[in-house]
Amino acid sequence: MGFSETKGPHGVVVVQAEGQLIVGNRHELKDLVQSALERGERRLLVDFSRTGYIDSSGLGALVSISKRIRETGGELRLSGLNDDLRSLFELTKLDTLFAITETPEQALTSF
Amino acid sequence: MTSPLRICVRRTSASEARGSATLVTLRVPSDVTCIEEAVELVTRHCVAGHDTTRTMRFRLRVVLSEALSNAIMRGNAEDHTKWVEVRAELVPDAIQVSVTDEGPGFDPDAVPEPLRPEQLDEAGGRGLYLIRKLVDAVQFNEQGNSICMTLRRR
Repeated sequence: MGFSETKGPHGVVVVQAEGQLIVGNRHELKDLVQSALERGERRLLVDFSRTGYIDSSGLGALVSISKRIRETGGELRLSGLNDDLRSLFELTKLDTLFAITETPEQALTSF
Repeated sequence: MTSPLRICVRRTSASEARGSATLVTLRVPSDVTCIEEAVELVTRHCVAGHDTTRTMRFRLRVVLSEALSNAIMRGNAEDHTKWVEVRAELVPDAIQVSVTDEGPGFDPDAVPEPLRPEQLDEAGGRGLYLIRKLVDAVQFNEQGNSICMTLRRR
């Protein structure tokens, strides 16, 4: 469980969310994104292909980092949401706030 | 470190109207880092021996996480001397799970739906809304410190 970071093509930082994104670990993701922004990174992708579930605190953390990235002139994409995870974004209308692609590859080519 | 979580599972005839039931109970300390393990323990016992869809397991995990998070952070205000009680009653066609904290309670009807466009950019306020959307029925006790969520097995 946790978040790992790799560098993809076009200078995109790819964050892999493994396990859960919930109240107990949301600060790890926020800190990781903050560090990337402080290093000057501006294109970030969070991939949920290996994620079990997300709670409302996890969704809130994504809203916060999305705001922070926008404020620095950067871009955030999300990918790899299965039907259950995607339903959380649809129920909360957050699918209208985030750029979501099916696969990380699709996200990387669309930056 | 040893986990502070101790799950209790017993067969009971408490739910006579619906035949025999299994009761799963768990006491959780007011520490958000215990939520993930508590969710997994309760979910594992709720689905054992039953045909349960992936979506139902997903929904159970999300609403348990939400209810525990509300109970620990809002109800018990992360006071480590207070506990949260989880009680799941399992019958063949449904899972009924209640989460009770030691706080003063709140008025669930006073919590607004978080869907107004200006709220989209807010980090909080989606927990209770998600619970209501993901389960078949939600009830609170009069004090507002105990939520009971029913998920029907389909």
